[in-house]
Amino acid sequence: MTLNKPTAIVIGAGFTGIATAYDLAMRGFQVDVLERGELGSGTSGRTHGLLHSGARYCVHDKESAIECIAENAILRRIAGQCIEANAGYFIAVNESDEAYADLFIHGARECDLPFKEVNTVDLLHMETQVTPAIRRAFCVQDGTFDPLRLAYAFAASAKKFGARFHPFTEVEELIQDRSNRVIAAKVWDRVTDTRTEFHADVWINTAGAWAGRIASMAGVHLPVKPVPGVMVAVEKRLCQNTINRLNEPGDGDIILPQRRMVVIGTTSFEAADVDYIPIFRDQIDQMVAQGSEMIPAIRDTAHRGAFMSSRPLVKAEGEARNLARTFKVYDHENADGVPGLFSLIGGEATTCRAMAEKITDLVTARFHLDVPCHTAEQELVSYRKFYQLDAEPA
Amino acid sequence: MSDLWKLTVRIHRFKPGKGSWVSEYPIQIHPDEYVLDAIEQIWAFQDRSLVYRHLCHHSTCGACGMRVNHSEHLTCITRIGDITRNGGTMDIEPLRNMPVISDLAVDMGQLFRLLDEIDFSQVQSSVLLPEEKGIQPARDKHEEIERLVDCLECGLCISACPAGATSTGYLGPAALAAIQLRSVAGDKSLLAMADDEHGAWRCHSAFACTDVCPSNVEPGWRIMDLRKKLVARRFSNLFGKDKEVAHE
Ligand SMILES: Cc1cc2nc3c(=O)[nH]c(=O)nc-3n(C[C@H](O)[C@H](O)[C@H](O)COP(=O)(O)OP(=O)(O)OC[C@H]3O[C@@H](n4cnc5c(N)ncnc54)[C@H](O)[C@@H]3O)c2cc1C
Ligand code: SF4
Ligand code: FES
Repeated sequence: MTLNKPTAIVIGAGFTGIATAYDLAMRGFQVDVLERGELGSGTSGRTHGLLHSGARYCVHDKESAIECIAENAILRRIAGQCIEANAGYFIAVNESDEAYADLFIHGARECDLPFKEVNTVDLLHMETQVTPAIRRAFCVQDGTFDPLRLAYAFAASAKKFGARFHPFTEVEELIQDRSNRVIAAKVWDRVTDTRTEFHADVWINTAGAWAGRIASMAGVHLPVKPVPGVMVAVEKRLCQNTINRLNEPGDGDIILPQRRMVVIGTTSFEAADVDYIPIFRDQIDQMVAQGSEMIPAIRDTAHRGAFMSSRPLVKAEGEARNLARTFKVYDHENADGVPGLFSLIGGEATTCRAMAEKITDLVTARFHLDVPCHTAEQELVSYRKFYQLDAEPA
Repeated sequence: MSDLWKLTVRIHRFKPGKGSWVSEYPIQIHPDEYVLDAIEQIWAFQDRSLVYRHLCHHSTCGACGMRVNHSEHLTCITRIGDITRNGGTMDIEPLRNMPVISDLAVDMGQLFRLLDEIDFSQVQSSVLLPEEKGIQPARDKHEEIERLVDCLECGLCISACPAGATSTGYLGPAALAAIQLRSVAGDKSLLAMADDEHGAWRCHSAFACTDVCPSNVEPGWRIMDLRKKLVARRFSNLFGKDKEVAHE
């Protein structure tokens, strides 16, 4: 059966790549996923873990907000096993925040975002650590996801449809034929420290902040600039729901409960190379200071960890700075004359399934396959099944 | 840059087909960074062949467990300044009692298979799970501790367990703790699984698991509690009182 399937290789096993592998496998491709580290070891492992309600974007980036609203509901349904189904609050703690409330309400209505204003006294009763300086509060449907479990649940589900995962396998070179079509990759299998080749009909570049490097291996210029941000985890679950600053998106505007901790995030600055980024003390202090404006006890709580990861900022030619959270899909046959290569960059963890759907639509169309997407309907298999569902090698 | 410490990192290596060896790396790093950051720095600047597991870097995923200076640690939350001194050494090995895939990465398959069978959810929303009420072990500083039930499925307890080294079929602390939690939650159907020479009775009561657990699960205490439940279950089996288990 596998003999007749078109073959696809996904490069990079973050949420984007894993969700894409799942959709492609479900729609009839024989999929191999090449990942230079552990699954999710790039940006995907190191996020806040916020299952976005969409509220953060409802004022300035309605497209992202609407994507998040839809995907939030879908992930709660198909990936409930990986999600702390908490809620979220947007709180105003000073005058400037309070002034933002009308914009927020207007944006939320325009996006059809589920939200509700709550009495601050009631909120303080539930969230006892929130600052008594609170002036207004709005409840939204934020949640917390567990990164390994979300990645493994998608991956286990992909395996169920025959996908194969190759962690610790780094793509070093792409090989093209005379028509520039990408036909193979030279890879370094770091498990055994040996070099091998993979061949496939179609290649999907989901290497996130590293996607520019992969594209350049096929002579394609894809201007991806990594934009790292720092996050700090402290030792106590100081809130039971996500606490967001009711204001313009900015540094240190979110505190999110996860397991026995809260995570505070984040900053943003541009960096050239993000294979290793030292954590900057001043940014940690900044997170603590800004987080304390919403939950004062953060200042006196021991740190559990600090970590950093990078958003891939796609710089279009002539465009100074494009910080939209929406994702970008490239068919490099159209754009750059390189058949067989696609790239999928940006977005949010929350929207990974929708991103995968979009690119799989494009890829199936190229193969003249008329198979609809079903990933929104089926519950993912248990993340623990990741280790039990190995397809036999081709 | 004088606030950076100079360290020697000794990493126990293994590659299938190539055997085992130890690699030594000199590094400079801030003592406030974590052991996992040191490993990532070595991978980025000195040796790309190094294989290790990590995702979240803040103790939620459970992927980064290793032995550092001869005891089990979640490397992403283990501060370098807490484990060595300026000019000192960090000796890093993979976890024990699980097959090594390559270098520091171990195969967690067996643990995940068992936990899948036991099927106790380790991702929960509330502060205190309903199952936790009335089942906490006695503590001195009780008020400091929230969310007792929060297993990261990291395998530190399995690596630290002295019984794990003597018996390959042993269920191990994390799985036994999950069975105890299920039974507290009202599901007694898994007690038979624990009532076995490879189950709760294999435990040596060393409490090494509880010592290394980064997440307050207290597997040692749970195994002791499970034994009480198993004895009670044997009694009720004997007298045919417990319908749930009587038909087994
Ligand atoms: C600071 C921060 C906080 C965030 N918080 C949230 C949040 O709370 N909620 C949310 O929904 N989203 C959040 N996001 C966004 C989210 O993290 C990303 O959208 C998502 O993780 C991107 O996943 P990805 O798969 O595209 O990239 P990645 O996860 O980076 O995956 C790319 C993969 O490619 C691999 N790779 C690179 N080079 C090669 C090669 N040569 N060969 C093989 N593999 C290679 C890398 O190892 C990596 O695993 C956050 C982002 C940042 C930066
Ligand atoms: S019981 Fe503790 S040490 Fe064992 S796997 Fe769970 S979190 Fe890790
Ligand atoms: S990297 Fe996730 S627990 Fe350490």
